Amino acid sequence: MGLLSRKVTCNSHGQDSSYFLGWQEYEKNPYDEVKNPKGIIQMGLAENQLSFDLLESWLAKNPEAASFKRDGQSIFKELALFQDYHGLPAFKKALVDFMSEIRGNKVTFDTNNIVLTAGATSANETLMFCLAEKGDAFLLPTPYYPGFDRDLKWRTGAEIVPIVCSSSNGFKITESALEEAYQEAQRRNLRVKGVLVTNPSNPLGTTMTRTELDLLVNFISDKEIHLISDEIYAGTVFSSPAFISIMEVLKDRKLESSQVWERVHVVYSLSKDLGLPGFRVGAIYSNDPIVVAAATKMSSFGLVSSQTQFLLSAMLSDKKFTKEYLSKNHKRLQKRQNKLVSGLEKAGVSCLESNAGLFCWVDMRHLLSSNTFEAEMELWKRIVYDVKLNISPGSSCHCTEPGWFRVCFANMSEDTLKLAMQRLKSFVSSITINNQSHQELKNTRRKNRNKWVFRLSFQSFHDREQEER
Amino acid sequence: MEFTRNNRQLLSKIATNDRHGENSPYFDGWKAYDSNPYHPTHNPRGVIQMGLAENQLCFDLIEKWILENPDASICTAEGVDKFKDIAIFQDYHALKEFREGVAKLMGRVGGNRVIFDPNRIVTSGGATGANETVMFCLADPGDAFLVPSPYYAGFARDLRWRTGLDLVPVDCKSSDNFRITRAALEEAYEKAQRSNINVKGVIVANPSNPLGTVLDKETMRSLVSFVNDKNIHLVCDEIYAATTFSSPRFVSIAEIIQDMDCNRDLIHIVYSLSKDMGFPGFRVGIVYSFNDDVMNCARKMSSFGLVSSQTQFLLAAMLNDEEFVGNFLRESSKRLAKRHHAFTKGLERVGISSLKSNAGLFFWMDMRPLLKEQTVKAELELWRVIINKVKLNVSPGSSFQCSEPGWFRVCFANMDDQTVQVALERIREFVLQGKEEDDVSEKSKHWRKQNLRLSFSSSSRLYDEGLMSPAHMISPHSPIPRSPLVRART
Repeated sequence: MGLLSRKVTCNSHGQDSSYFLGWQEYEKNPYDEVKNPKGIIQMGLAENQLSFDLLESWLAKNPEAASFKRDGQSIFKELALFQDYHGLPAFKKALVDFMSEIRGNKVTFDTNNIVLTAGATSANETLMFCLAEKGDAFLLPTPYYPGFDRDLKWRTGAEIVPIVCSSSNGFKITESALEEAYQEAQRRNLRVKGVLVTNPSNPLGTTMTRTELDLLVNFISDKEIHLISDEIYAGTVFSSPAFISIMEVLKDRKLESSQVWERVHVVYSLSKDLGLPGFRVGAIYSNDPIVVAAATKMSSFGLVSSQTQFLLSAMLSDKKFTKEYLSKNHKRLQKRQNKLVSGLEKAGVSCLESNAGLFCWVDMRHLLSSNTFEAEMELWKRIVYDVKLNISPGSSCHCTEPGWFRVCFANMSEDTLKLAMQRLKSFVSSITINNQSHQELKNTRRKNRNKWVFRLSFQSFHDREQEER
Repeated sequence: MEFTRNNRQLLSKIATNDRHGENSPYFDGWKAYDSNPYHPTHNPRGVIQMGLAENQLCFDLIEKWILENPDASICTAEGVDKFKDIAIFQDYHALKEFREGVAKLMGRVGGNRVIFDPNRIVTSGGATGANETVMFCLADPGDAFLVPSPYYAGFARDLRWRTGLDLVPVDCKSSDNFRITRAALEEAYEKAQRSNINVKGVIVANPSNPLGTVLDKETMRSLVSFVNDKNIHLVCDEIYAATTFSSPRFVSIAEIIQDMDCNRDLIHIVYSLSKDMGFPGFRVGIVYSFNDDVMNCARKMSSFGLVSSQTQFLLAAMLNDEEFVGNFLRESSKRLAKRHHAFTKGLERVGISSLKSNAGLFFWMDMRPLLKEQTVKAELELWRVIINKVKLNVSPGSSFQCSEPGWFRVCFANMDDQTVQVALERIREFVLQGKEEDDVSEKSKHWRKQNLRLSFSSSSRLYDEGLMSPAHMISPHSPIPRSPLVRART
């Protein structure tokens, strides 16, 4: 009999993956403009550090929210005692209004259907506990956020089966990929309970098209399974096409009274949109009252601190603030993404055209010594240890094509980004000079590279889709 | 595999079973309170909440500290320069200063006999999260833990629900003052073995909820030697440690193992600030394991319930203010002792005794003499009378899996002094009135029948009520629902 549980000894927490190893290297030798200018620049961290000044100026104007006061009275005691898993009503109201605002007010959310959790990490795990168990699987389009391996599988016992997406169509989800994933699950004797998508996508930085969303709705209706839409990056959409929430699609298709309505669940968080990952604010939104009831009870294992709920209820209720914040934040994200894209371009590197997120999906296939994951790892190690940039290799995101990397742009100063791009440029030049076969690869890749746009023009992409906006 | 069109079948077993235990009477009493809560002026005949183990006696001290330390908040002018760094801090190692503050507190509360290592401190979403996490680390679905009864009703959810574990009660008897005897442990263990139940450990609460007593050193040594012999774990839930208000002093398991030859990999502590400091809303749970693998695993799992960095920052400042902490602990003990005394002496005067206790936010009241017969049924009947007629929400012993009917847990630290007087007066009236009646008189039978109105919802109706979640619906762990926070916005 083992002394500890199997969970301790297995590695389903996924922390042995390179995604986390890169972090460790960074921790050992972090870049600092003054103290450690030759250190590793962190580009593997999807954080939004661009708009803290807006939050700080709001705090300065709102001293009451800052000091446990309402209408001049201290409410510290009530807050300190408040552990109701239904959540602070004022906060839930402010949160659902904010979620609605992000979606252009095209959908509204009911406070009775929202469950607060300690971050999206907790929200995703909790939903899994409600919808799946050992022997079950969820289908996820690749590439996907590496943390899902831990959040969805580790303690729940559920499995993930990939929906393979490829660069040939910009990594969009296709009907055949969905069907193939479903069959694969059956072959592995797993019962498919649902599909989980991240929209906008991590690591792609793209919003899902209406075609894809319709496809998903049809698929889950047909198979009678769930759909979880992790929309934690919804507020980071900085250019067109506009974000379309799964809830909007259901509404447009008049599916509110259908069976499928109760099988669609949304995960949200303030970690990316507001840049507050430390505050642990996540939410599950579901139209199924059984799921809401069960998830609410489960939230006991990870409630949002009442102190934080109170602060944020005041902040998010300030509609003038939220409007200004969202607008300025978008502009800054767009500007910063442009800088990354053009910097990469100068280094002879392209990336997937994107309109959201805190990162770009960068194409370094032409820099690989061979079209293999070993070569990708080789390249990655060189970038981390020699170029001193911590970026995330596509394999850690379960991408099926070697050579793609996720590079974050919103967690550093503009100067640091500039420096990072200079380092990359030097590195790419040195490879180009040294590696003969690399030139051959480059030639074959050039054909494919023409599909990708260096600048922010979306015409070529959207000619292929029937967008309504 | 075929699916019917019923969506319920598409949910997990965990989502649809009731192993969350919220259908137990412990939570049922909340409904009566919720629909008719006491208020000194608005509702003086309402139900007084005595089923909520909260520490509300020392908020004046905390509030004074908060006012004097504006830089402990990252939102005030004095502290806002730290806002960004704290707001992005989501490292599951938790803030160093926070861990240091907690380690200091734990050491102090343990009588300064042990030094706790801040690097072993792992955070979690309240003690609720901590207990569940420890179980996930120590056992697999189908395994079991021994737990001395009576025990905290929430363990059914925290230890079993999502982990898939079972609880095997170790019966403790009033004839032993509910002490945990080696014989009882052995018996429970053997019984489990015979039923092919794989016991992975023992979990005890020290001080005990609901008893309000601290474990003596001999019992603790006996527990350590028991788990050592069987090579199973010992989890000590020490969340009430600083609520010890009189002798004998609280002794942490950490102190016991210092002087014993034992396998430290089997020893784990759960701690929290919810009871000692009165901060249940801040969700501060702590796992302190002497086993490196468990510590590392629990730390990774803490991602599922990290303490808000805003809260960590505030509490780090508070707990590192050693003068404040010392003063707080002393005052808190004094006030708890006074409150405990007021209730237990008040009850004694009308002939109601309780288990001698020196800790916790409650006492264990002995109502066995008032039972019609020594059965759980009679206990629940009496309980309904207490709720409906005496209008006090107390918790029946059966909801703590007590093997003897007639005991009730009564909380005393979640109300002001005036409410204490009202509660005592009501109990006095009830007992004296009861003494005037003949036990078998028609009048008392009729009277008792009249008061059996609180029906126990069948589990399906309770389940349904859970679904409705109307705006005023509270969870089992929330405070007075008419607090300004709830009232103003709904």
